[in-house]
Parts: sequence; structure tokens; C-alpha cells
Amino acid sequence: MLSADGGLTGYENLLLFARLYGIPRAKRRDRIIDALQFMGLGEAERTLVRNYSGGMIRRLEIAQSMLHRPSVLFLDEPTVGLDPVARHAVWQHLHELRTQFGTTILMTTHDMEEADELCEVIAIMHRGRAVAVGSPGSLKKQVGADADLDDVFIHYAGGAVDEGGGYVDSAWIRRTIKRLR
Amino acid sequence: MSTVPGSVAPLNGFAKAGFLTEFLRDTFALADIELRKLRRDPLELLTRAIQPALWLLVFGQVFGRLKAIPTGEMNYVTFMVPGILAQSVLFIAIFYGISVIWERDLGILQKLLVSPAPRTALVLGKALSAGVRGLSQAIVIYLLASLLRVRLRFGIEILGVLTFVVLGSAIFSTFSLAVACLVKTRERFMGIGQVLTMPFFFASNAIYPLAIMPGWLRTFAKLNPLSYQVDALRALMVQGGQTMFGLSFDFCILVLVLVGLVLVTAKLYPNVIR
Repeated sequence: MLSADGGLTGYENLLLFARLYGIPRAKRRDRIIDALQFMGLGEAERTLVRNYSGGMIRRLEIAQSMLHRPSVLFLDEPTVGLDPVARHAVWQHLHELRTQFGTTILMTTHDMEEADELCEVIAIMHRGRAVAVGSPGSLKKQVGADADLDDVFIHYAGGAVDEGGGYVDSAWIRRTIKRLR
Repeated sequence: MSTVPGSVAPLNGFAKAGFLTEFLRDTFALADIELRKLRRDPLELLTRAIQPALWLLVFGQVFGRLKAIPTGEMNYVTFMVPGILAQSVLFIAIFYGISVIWERDLGILQKLLVSPAPRTALVLGKALSAGVRGLSQAIVIYLLASLLRVRLRFGIEILGVLTFVVLGSAIFSTFSLAVACLVKTRERFMGIGQVLTMPFFFASNAIYPLAIMPGWLRTFAKLNPLSYQVDALRALMVQGGQTMFGLSFDFCILVLVLVGLVLVTAKLYPNVIR
């Protein structure tokens, strides 16, 4: 789900949350500029968000979530609906976020490539239970010699089509994808 | 852990200010953001000038000739000018709640709700920005009334007018936010918004004095915050205008209503995302 305000600039979107999270006035501007540059949005600071691309909005959201330097960050499908270039850009920034600030990231995804790329520990959910937990490497080894994570997922959650989600969730994802286009 | 020196946790241990300071800061932050959006799209407000113009130029002129409504020394158009200001502020404010439904759909509201900002500040910030929207109507009505040669007051009373416009606007927009939190969808909200404006407007002293109402309606009118807003505006805006209840009484009633509504709406606010 996207959640930046299209009627505001990138800077203003972050300014609101910098204020609400109590970042002192003296530090506010530097923090915001830092976050924007860190996410590669330095030049789009004064552009209205309604003119951003989908990948830029995602990066803006991540910039906003790290303004107050939380020690844990929860991400829900951080790259759903993005093209490969934007997806890799988001991944790269998430890596940097971890190495630079030591942020712990807990994320959900349906994209096994993404899980493989970003995660140290993966839990595969099936019908509301974590049916397998482990590092990507160990999970793959358990399933077979040359298995990838897709095989792992199918092995543990396979057979039946996932009945999770439901109407509201699907509607959210559709709407998100529509806005990204 | 591989952290860069100088950025070790806890990174967000900012000194806590007092509740009131934080409350005001957050309220201001919200209002400021709304006004930045408004500044980019000021045309929206100009389109709102049409309805009050029709009331004053058509309805006011015709009813003024009838002399059916006892307005004392004052001519009818002069009598209704403050009422029409209050009305056009009401009509803008009563649909303001739909913005919270939009923000819910965009996911912005969810982010605001998980931020440390007090919910009352989220509500009051929106209410104040709606108040500033209301001010644009004051400009429109002052212009229209001058064209109609209504004898207006242009002294220090203007500050009073602005205060009561912001107060009324904040009250009805907060009320509108509360309704939005209860009905949750745009379609239902539009229907209800239409239904709500008429009773507020007609069960008030906006276009006729309380004195000519039947008793039961007068009781409703006295429970209606719009009546107190109009009462104050009538005394402050036009020459010869008088208040029935007294300016400070009007002010206190409106402030109390606003505080009550903000508290109730802050409780209802998380409702809209369920």
C-alpha cells in the first residue's frame, strides 16, 4: 500500500512526520535531506509526490520510516508492483539501511527472489502457521540439492492454493499496483 | 552489529517536551501541511463563492421586498449577511470529513495514527485548517455585501468576525470528521452530508430571527451551535447588529462545543480504518 501524500512535495511529506515524531527543529532539515539523499531522492525534494514514479514513492516511504531511526522496521511487500530497476534500487537501499544503521527489518513478501536476496531468516507461512523457519541456505538444503526458494515454498505450502488474503487485501494490492502505473 | 560509528542506538532518544508543547506542535504540524496543500489549489475556494452570491442576490432581494420577516430597524439583506457567511462556512466544513476517508484509502491516516502524536492533535489540526478555509468565505461575503451597499463594520470587529468564522468552521468540520469515522465510506458520507446541512441551516437564526419560530423549533435552534455563531457575527459584522446572547457567552459556548467534539472525534478516529 502506498501512503505518501501526492499534493505535497517529498520534503513536506517527510517534514510532517519529522515534526510528529518529535525530531528537534535544529536537526529536522538535516535529517530530512539526509534521508532523501540516502534513498536517492535528493533531486526530487521539491517535486510534488503525485509526479513521482512508483519506485520513487516506495523509496520516499522508506525514507520517512527511517527519519526517527527506529531499531525495527516492518515492511509489507516492499516491492510489489515495481519494475526490476526500481525493485533492485529498493533492495540496495534496504541493505544499506541495515549495514549503516543496524536496523532490524521484518518483512512479508510473496517474492521468493526478494526473500533470498534480503533475508537472513525466513519463515514460510501456511494457513496461519510458520511451517518452516531457517536461513535461505538451510531451507534450500532441506528440500533438495539444487532447490531454489520457490521449490522450498511449494514444498512447505504447496498443493493447495493459498486461501489467505481475501477481498479487502486483494483490493488493496490491485489499487497499489494501479497507482504505480 | 555493523553500525557506523556515531549512529549507535538509541538514535531516537529525543528529549520529551511537555504534553501541551507536543500537543500544540503536532496540531500546528497538521494544520500547516493542510494549508500548504490549499495554497497550491486556491481555485477550489473561489468556486465556493457562487452559492452565497445566489442567496444574497436572489433570495435576499426577493424576501427583502416581501418584508415578511421582522428584522427590526435593519433591512433584510443586512440581517441575512452574517447568516449567509455562517452558512457558507458551514457548507464547506460539513463535507470536510470526507478527507479523512480519502486519507484512509491512501494509507496516510494509518501512518498518522501510529505516530506518537495525540489523536486530539490530529483532529484539532485538521479542524484549524478547515477554519482557515472558512476565512476565504469571509472575504467573499464582505465583497458581496459591499456591492449590495450593506453597511458593514470595518473596525477592530473584523478580528472578532474572523475568530467566530474559524470557530464555527472548526466545529462543523470536526463534526463532519466524526460522521466520517462512523459511516466510513464516501458514498454513505455524501448522502449523510446532504441531509445534515439543511437542519443546521434552517434550525438557526441565519435567515430569520429566533422570535418567529414555533417553540419546538426554537429549542432546536438554541441547541444548534450555528445560532451562536450567527448571533456573534450579526453583532460584529453589520452596523446596527445586536447580539441576543452576548458575545462572551457565544464564544464560551462555541469553545466548549469544539472541545467536546474534538475529544469525541479523537476517540472515534481509529474507527475509520477498521
